[in-house]
Amino acid sequence: MATVVSVSDGGIIVGKPKWRPLENEGNLALLLLLPTVALLLMFIAYPFVRGILLAVTNSKVGVIGDFVGFENFARLLKDPIFHAVVYNTFLYTFVTTVFKLILGLWLALLLNRDFKFKAFTRAFILLPFIVPTVLACFAWKWMFDPTFSVINWMLFKLGIVAAGAGVNWLGDGDMAMLSIMIVNIWRGVPFFAISLMAGLQTISPDLGEAAAIDGAKPLQRFWYITWPLLMPVTMVVVLFSVIQTFSDFQIVYVMTGGGPANATHLFATYAYQLGIGTGLLSQGAAVSLAMFPLLFAIVIFQLMYIRRVETR
Amino acid sequence: MSNVTIRHVHKHYADFHAVKGISLEIKDKEFVVLVGPSGCGKTTTLRMVAGLETITEGDIMIGNKIVNELPPMDRDIAMVFQNYALYPHMTIYDNMAFGLKMRKFDKAEIAKRVNNAADILDIKEHLSRKPRMLSGGQRQRVALGRAIVRNPKVFLFDEPLSNLDAKLRVQMRVELKKLHQRLATTSIYVTHDQVEAMTLGDRVVVMKDGLIQQVGEPLELYNNPANKYVAGFIGSPAMNFAETVIEQVGNAVYATNPTMKIRVPEQIAARMGPHKGKPATLGIRPEDLHMATGADPEELSFDAVVEVAEQLGSEIILDLKAGGGAMVASVEPTVKVKPQQKIRLGINPRGLRFFDAATEAAI
Ligand SMILES: Nc1ncnc2c1ncn2[C@@H]1O[C@H](COP(=O)(O)OP(=O)(O)O)[C@@H](O)[C@H]1O
Ligand SMILES: [Mg+2]
Repeated sequence: MATVVSVSDGGIIVGKPKWRPLENEGNLALLLLLPTVALLLMFIAYPFVRGILLAVTNSKVGVIGDFVGFENFARLLKDPIFHAVVYNTFLYTFVTTVFKLILGLWLALLLNRDFKFKAFTRAFILLPFIVPTVLACFAWKWMFDPTFSVINWMLFKLGIVAAGAGVNWLGDGDMAMLSIMIVNIWRGVPFFAISLMAGLQTISPDLGEAAAIDGAKPLQRFWYITWPLLMPVTMVVVLFSVIQTFSDFQIVYVMTGGGPANATHLFATYAYQLGIGTGLLSQGAAVSLAMFPLLFAIVIFQLMYIRRVETR
Repeated sequence: MSNVTIRHVHKHYADFHAVKGISLEIKDKEFVVLVGPSGCGKTTTLRMVAGLETITEGDIMIGNKIVNELPPMDRDIAMVFQNYALYPHMTIYDNMAFGLKMRKFDKAEIAKRVNNAADILDIKEHLSRKPRMLSGGQRQRVALGRAIVRNPKVFLFDEPLSNLDAKLRVQMRVELKKLHQRLATTSIYVTHDQVEAMTLGDRVVVMKDGLIQQVGEPLELYNNPANKYVAGFIGSPAMNFAETVIEQVGNAVYATNPTMKIRVPEQIAARMGPHKGKPATLGIRPEDLHMATGADPEELSFDAVVEVAEQLGSEIILDLKAGGGAMVASVEPTVKVKPQQKIRLGINPRGLRFFDAATEAAI
């Protein structure tokens, strides 16, 4: 296509501007965002809206159902299993996050030192994080097996428990809770360790040396220098972990299926059991949705805290 | 007494011999500068004095007490790092107070000392700010402040000015000097910049490859370099060198090469005995060269070709081809020369130095 070009008296070329919509930043941004927005709409927004719509009906598998308002939620408030689920989820999230943070930080501090085979060890640490969760959970399930438990065998060999009196890891409610926590911690520590180590590496070793010269002992150096400087990274890592743990599904589903006697149900597994297992779609949706405001509050609180830490 | 003694100190990293047996006596209140090219072991030496690096062999004493095994906090030293190493999450006040808090000083005393240091360093209005809100020069002062509030036996400086721009560097250099005159604290200062070394040091230690080349007052190093390395390192622009052979001609001794025949001054000629007929390196500083006039004897001048002339106002720096290589001369600002012009340069005989071609030691 030929464009008309005229030469003005001053020798400046004046052409009829071409239509170039993509040179407008707004247009370009819209275009580039389009695929992401489409995906988000399809896989996040639609199921979310669908979930809300389900939660306010009484649909079951094979029954479209009618609008029932907040009846499903009212029922949940009176459901003792749901009460246990709320308690379990908070306990599970809190306990595992605390341990993942402590163990992860400890590992990160160790890994941040100079030693032989450092690169290898660092890669090795990531293993629990890389192994498919379901696969790892099956291994753990065997280790917690009432008859063939390798852990019980060790406790027996160490003389801690008598023969045949091994711990009933997954059969007892409290022990089952403890067991899934252990697995969650085992799986989550590498993420904490590696992320915190990356955070530690951004802290100049000069600061620790300056503090040592200033008279700070190792613990004081950690408390006054390392910990506050690591805080922004720590907060982000904890935030991620809390979101993941709060909505955890795989570990519980494979290890206990929520049992024994519903003792280890979390939001996600209970929602699944109600919605898919029992076919009460609308009640399952209500349980999932109940997770949302709680998680939302936690996240908002943490984000505000991160903001404060970062703008210090 | 806050003298520091370094005795036959070595440092081996895994498979690298970084410091190869250095000995140095630093007197109370003295300001000693370690200078040398990057990688020569200055920082390692300083860090061994600080206690941040273990000593592989030898002893370090502070105030006549061996400190080899003492942790940094018990050595009563303060260190200023190249990148300042200020605690980024603390205010300037807290940065300076940290060392005192760790040492359990009471609040009033801490406030008194920090305010006093802030006064001296002129950073009083920044005390409640964070380091990142300060300019490089101000951060440098805070780092100095953190060192002086503790009133330690020894200050250690590791290239404290090298992150500053040229102008600020000159200014801070003067302030450091003033500070030392005021506080008279024993100081060890590491730099790769010979100008900093010359201007700051009561004594200067020239290092190379983990070894001390020479220790002396700045002028002594400038006037009587112990070897070719020190001669070339100290002074700016650097000393010129030309490879020559020493020859006896009648009563006189000459240093010759295809383009030069320079008469060796009497007092040096007296020491030339064992070098006759052998190669030696002639050294002459750019400031000991001038445009030759009729008054310059043949045997104290040589031909050169101008390559570049840099007019600095107070002098002209001539880059030349001469003596079988490149040379630099600093001449009067009124001299008029063009590139490729052939000129004749006169030598100030008092500036002539000679070095053994094999050992590089001064003759
Ligand atoms: N931690 C270390 N491990 C191995 N080699 C090191 C270490 N620190 C310094 N070196 C080496 O020791 C030599 C001296 O280093 P340094 O004292 O930092 O020199 P500089 O005179 O530039 O301050 C250098 O060659 C450096 O590579
Ligand atoms: Mg260095």
